[in-house]
This record gives sequence, structure tokens and C-alpha cells, in this order.
Amino acid sequence: MIPLQHYLVLGALLFAISVIGIFMNRKNLIVLLMAIELMLLAVNMNFIAFSHALNDLSGQVFVFFILTVAAAESAIGLAILVALFRNFRSIHVDDLRRLKG
Amino acid sequence: MNLPFVLFYVFAAILLAAALAVVLVRNPVHAALFLVLSFFTASALWLLLYAEFLALTLVLVYVGAVMVLFLFVVMMLDINLDRLREGFWRNLPLGLIVGVVMAAEMIALLARGVSGGAGAAPAPDYSNTRALGEVIYTEYVFPFEVAAVILLVAIIAAIALTLRSRKETKYQDPAAQLAVRPRDRLRIVKLAPETTVTREKGAE
Repeated sequence: MIPLQHYLVLGALLFAISVIGIFMNRKNLIVLLMAIELMLLAVNMNFIAFSHALNDLSGQVFVFFILTVAAAESAIGLAILVALFRNFRSIHVDDLRRLKG
Repeated sequence: MNLPFVLFYVFAAILLAAALAVVLVRNPVHAALFLVLSFFTASALWLLLYAEFLALTLVLVYVGAVMVLFLFVVMMLDINLDRLREGFWRNLPLGLIVGVVMAAEMIALLARGVSGGAGAAPAPDYSNTRALGEVIYTEYVFPFEVAAVILLVAIIAAIALTLRSRKETKYQDPAAQLAVRPRDRLRIVKLAPETTVTREKGAE
């Protein structure tokens, strides 16, 4: 069987890639949301690897709840994105400075 | 080298390449499609860990619903790509430093060894879905209900945020209809009495 470390390293690399993506796509809200989805995928990967290695189903239940919350998060995030685009005609992060005072 | 190892490395390579493509490609539609590929590959990796239910849920819920929503939104918005991409490569050094240091730290930590080796394959008649269901509906039933409420909140929030009332649409306001009183609708006008030509009796 594949050792636990292999999955954990894969999760770490995936998380690092999405962190780099957040840094680079600083102005693009859509790709920022996608990078967050990738981060959650990396976390879920670790949860499932631990669940399998420790033979405990709690990790998989936790992934189930993360999937639920992530679906809700992306639905609301995209709704906010659509509302923003209607008002500003752009999704550029620098245009969102209404709360600057 | 046995088959699971080969599969793991092939899928891991595809997953990392797809993830890199998600954050690097120029077109958001391509990024969304690469995200679909990475979810598919992750689901295959989860199958290698015998998490069948979650692997299928990932494909159904994520690829089937969330990513389609992403694609809808990406294709609906008319975005100016040139403006969104400016400063893209300028942020690379900082992002690369943070990402590489983070990955190196985690890998250094993991290289020292983790307690708990590779798990064993489950018995042939073991049903992952059944076992998960038994845990969710007994031990985790309250978090399960909370998750349902979170989904309800998400539905209402998404609809409330994107609902747009058109100006030209005519609609009824029941509260105003119920609050109406006779004097709002009925106007009693005092008219001057009509002057009628009264015929005198016996004039004919």
C-alpha cells in the first residue's frame, strides 16, 4: 500500500501551488475563488489519507462537511461576484474600494 | 513497483500539473476546466484510499454542480483580461518564496516520519457508503443537520444577492392591497343640485 507520507506531501504541494496562485492572481476574483477550492481539496486529501491510515471514519465525515461548506461558500462567493459585476462592470480587485472611507 | 504505486504517481503528477495550470493559464474558462481535471484526478486518488463515497461525491457535487456554476459565471461576465493580468508576473517572486518555503517546511516535517503507516485494504464485503452513513446518522447527526441549515442559508443568500427587480415589471404588493380602506378608493363628491325645469301641474 502507498505510505501515508506520500499523500501528505501531495497535499502540501497542492496547498503551496494554490498559495502561489493566490499571490499571482491577486487582481482576478474568479481565479482567487478557484485557488481557494484547490486549497480545500488539498486539506481534504490529508483528511482522507489520515482517515485511511488510522482506520477511523471521522476524517471522511469531516471531508463530507468540508464539501458542504465549500459548496455553500462558492455559491455565495459567485453570487457576490455577479452582483459586483452588475454594479461596477468589472471584477478587478482594485475597483472594490468603496469601504476605503 | 506494483499497480497502486504507479497509479498514485501518475494521478499525483496529473493533479499537480492541473493545479499549476489552474493558477497560471490566462483564460478563466480554461482555468475552470483544469480545475475540473484536478477534481477528477483527486477523486481517483481518493478511490485508491478506498473512500468510494467521497470520491463519487466529489465528482457529482463538485464537477457536476460547483464547477458548472463557476463556468456559468465565468462565461456570463464580460471581463477585461488584460487589466486582470497586469502585474501577474511581478507577483511571482514573492508568491514563489512563500509557496516554496511553505512546501519545504511541510515536507521537512513529514520526512521525519508520521506515526501510522499505510492503512490496510478493507474486507471485500465492506461498504464505505454504509459505514459512513452509520457514523453520520448516529454520532454526527447534529453536525449533519447544521450542514443542511448552512446549505439553506447559502440558497437564500445566493438568490437574495442576485435577485434583480426590473423596473418595468408590474407586480402586486399584498400588504398595500390589504391595507386599503374604502376612502382610499371611493370618493364622494358633493355636486351642486341640478336645476331641473319643473313643470307646473296643470299647465297643459
